[in-house]
Amino acid sequence: MAEPTAVVDEGASEEFHERPDKPVPTDEVAAALVAKFEGSIFHDSHGQPVVYADRSQMADIATYLRDEEQFTTCLDVTAVDHLTDAERMAVPGVAPERFELVANFISHARNRRIRVIAQVPVSDTTVPSLTPVYAGVNFAEREVFDLFGIVFVGHPDLTRILMPDDWSGYPLRKDDAPARVPVTFKEDPGPRVGGAA
Amino acid sequence: MALDAVPHNFLTGRLEDVVRWARRNSVFPATFGLACCAIEMMATGAAHYDLARYGMEVFRASPRQADLMIVAGRVSQKMAPVLRQVYDQMVEPKWVISMGVCASSGGMFNNYAIVQGVDQIVPVDVYVPGCPPGPETLMHGILTLHEQIRTGELLKRREVSPTGGAAIQVSEPPAGTPRMPVSISQAT
Amino acid sequence: MNEVVNETERLSRQTDEGAQELKASHELVVTGTVWPELEGDGETMIINMGPQHPSTHGVLRVMMELDGETVVRAKPVIGYLHTGMEKTGEQLTYVQGCTNVTRMDYASPIANEIVFSMAVEQLLDVEVPERSIWIRMMLAELSRMASHLLFQASNGMDIGAVSMMLYGWREREETLRVLEMITGLRMNHNFVRPGGVAADLPDGWQHAVLELCDKVEVGIGDYDTLLTGNPIWIERTVGVGVITTEQALALGVSGPILRSTGFAWDLRKAQPYLAYDKVDFDVIYTQNGDCFDRYRIRLTEIAESIKIVRQCVEMMPPGDYRVQDKKITPPPRERIDQSMEALIHHFKLFTEGFRVPAGETYVSVESPRGEVGCYIVSDGTGKPTRMHVRAPSFYNLQSMGPMMEDRLVADAVAVISSVDPILGEVDR
Repeated sequence: MAEPTAVVDEGASEEFHERPDKPVPTDEVAAALVAKFEGSIFHDSHGQPVVYADRSQMADIATYLRDEEQFTTCLDVTAVDHLTDAERMAVPGVAPERFELVANFISHARNRRIRVIAQVPVSDTTVPSLTPVYAGVNFAEREVFDLFGIVFVGHPDLTRILMPDDWSGYPLRKDDAPARVPVTFKEDPGPRVGGAA
Repeated sequence: MALDAVPHNFLTGRLEDVVRWARRNSVFPATFGLACCAIEMMATGAAHYDLARYGMEVFRASPRQADLMIVAGRVSQKMAPVLRQVYDQMVEPKWVISMGVCASSGGMFNNYAIVQGVDQIVPVDVYVPGCPPGPETLMHGILTLHEQIRTGELLKRREVSPTGGAAIQVSEPPAGTPRMPVSISQAT
Repeated sequence: MNEVVNETERLSRQTDEGAQELKASHELVVTGTVWPELEGDGETMIINMGPQHPSTHGVLRVMMELDGETVVRAKPVIGYLHTGMEKTGEQLTYVQGCTNVTRMDYASPIANEIVFSMAVEQLLDVEVPERSIWIRMMLAELSRMASHLLFQASNGMDIGAVSMMLYGWREREETLRVLEMITGLRMNHNFVRPGGVAADLPDGWQHAVLELCDKVEVGIGDYDTLLTGNPIWIERTVGVGVITTEQALALGVSGPILRSTGFAWDLRKAQPYLAYDKVDFDVIYTQNGDCFDRYRIRLTEIAESIKIVRQCVEMMPPGDYRVQDKKITPPPRERIDQSMEALIHHFKLFTEGFRVPAGETYVSVESPRGEVGCYIVSDGTGKPTRMHVRAPSFYNLQSMGPMMEDRLVADAVAVISSVDPILGEVDR
């Protein structure tokens, strides 16, 4: 493959402090996405282009990225549970929900990345699966299903992957207890009664 | 027959001691590498530390041919039944070394996924501390086990229990208990 | 019951007559068990390999559907080492976080520490000193050497070159000794931390590191002599487990597996981080995408790492090894003895940790297995809301199915070995 040329969004972070209500995409792919998919919002996160989109558009966005923008690989699909956030990063124009579905894409040919984030409410945790577009997210979507209970519609084999099949609950949800076991000591003499010896 | 009537070059002793000596000198470990500790277990068996010096370089792939299980690494809830099955397949007499803090007590991973100590599933003879224990530490643990085999302390414990040391029964938790898939009840 | 007895008797007589009859009926009855088909014409069977198996690198389990000796489908089953690290990561402060991530990819812990630290630093918006960047880079390459040496050892053993186990570990022990000298631990170093590294390089590190480079260079020459031209080795690996660039990219595969398909993608070159743009090294890639190529790439990458490490020794800048920012750096040990404030400061930092502004970021580096990424979401407190690691082995493992399909079951072990999965990272 040819020498990839590094494309860095210079100066993106400088403008960051005066954030307009509707941020202007500094990234060309993000600009194309915002123009094409209604309701999607651009956000600059530490110099990385992020597009907040509606969850129903996820598969269409992935198809567009793969077919039109040379995004060869979906690197990662994961989720975030914002239930217990002390302070949540506010993105203007995005109505926050409890879960966020995060997908990272990379274009090897153009040497650039983009992140697409969709809000998923707890009442309806279904999202279209990206597996028909990127076969490689198969395991990742199973993991998100296993740990967060987000259901990917159209996934060929949506079963638990990390936890045992008969497990109940979704461990990475914030309301699912970490199941800490109190540390016990064998032959624990128990608390001393009376005054110290 | 009087003792002075037999030819020379004889040693007398108890048969039990000879059996212990023989057992001590040919402990066959099963490969039960789980996580980081498995790499250090490999290191112990490899060129530099050379476990063969103690007559135990042969790591057996089949639990049927092994009599020592080195539980090297964290045991997850999903792995726990497998571990128990492997242990049950080993033939008596058998020993277990719990290598590393994760196997011994859950270590830093006190959460939903990890069994808090492999001694909840199988009886452990020697605990080796460290995260991961260096090869020297594991070798010290192995030599401690050798000494215990030689002095027969392990046999005493096994005599107490009719199940040959496997005195821990794994059963379903009663309804309503906080979710921990493996609950422990001591067999009589 | 009588029928069974008769059948058994007839079998034990083993007359031609009886055998012919049996073959015609396609039904063999031995003590009550019915074997429907003896001749495998299109009939497949499913066999299970692992999770406790000597050649599955830990606790990987592979379900294989076989037609005779040919693998029709293969599916990795994982989760036997699931440690809940991402949940634990939400309960640890950012200082403690490195202790957690370093135990994911235990063959190359430094890469995980670096990616976590870089993500936290990006959220904090701090610049780490030049010296710590170079220390990180040198350790990352030492760690890559150790990881690839481990691969050479285990790959050799899996395929049957058992002496490679000893040779590979010979050099790996030397590497671990130098890592121990610098970081204090053989594995799971917890040395790279947000804001720099835990300590400065010890006295005499140049000598130790350069001596190591010479030793390992001789070692990989030995492996080359032992394996590369070895007819048995070639027979076992060439043309085995082939994967194409298109498949690899679609499956999210990265690292040596992707490079073995003729796609020269290395984050160290493509999107340079640390100081990789200031050192001279080559991206190794081959064209065939088989097990032999993956072995060759990893062997040659050791040589490239040696090259980088030598440049690090030469160009190591002086200065601080961690950022002098009171917010995130603990006071030096000497000051704790003298000053109460320093003691309180130290205590606060290690119990409550430092606060990280709310935000999210994804940072990735090239680990020996491919792109390892760290996605951190902060809610402004001392502990992350979400700490997710994009583990390269997790995605690389998916390529195992396409590599094994339509190959003999005897090649399965070679394929598993050449994918080089680290199950701690897969299951996290």
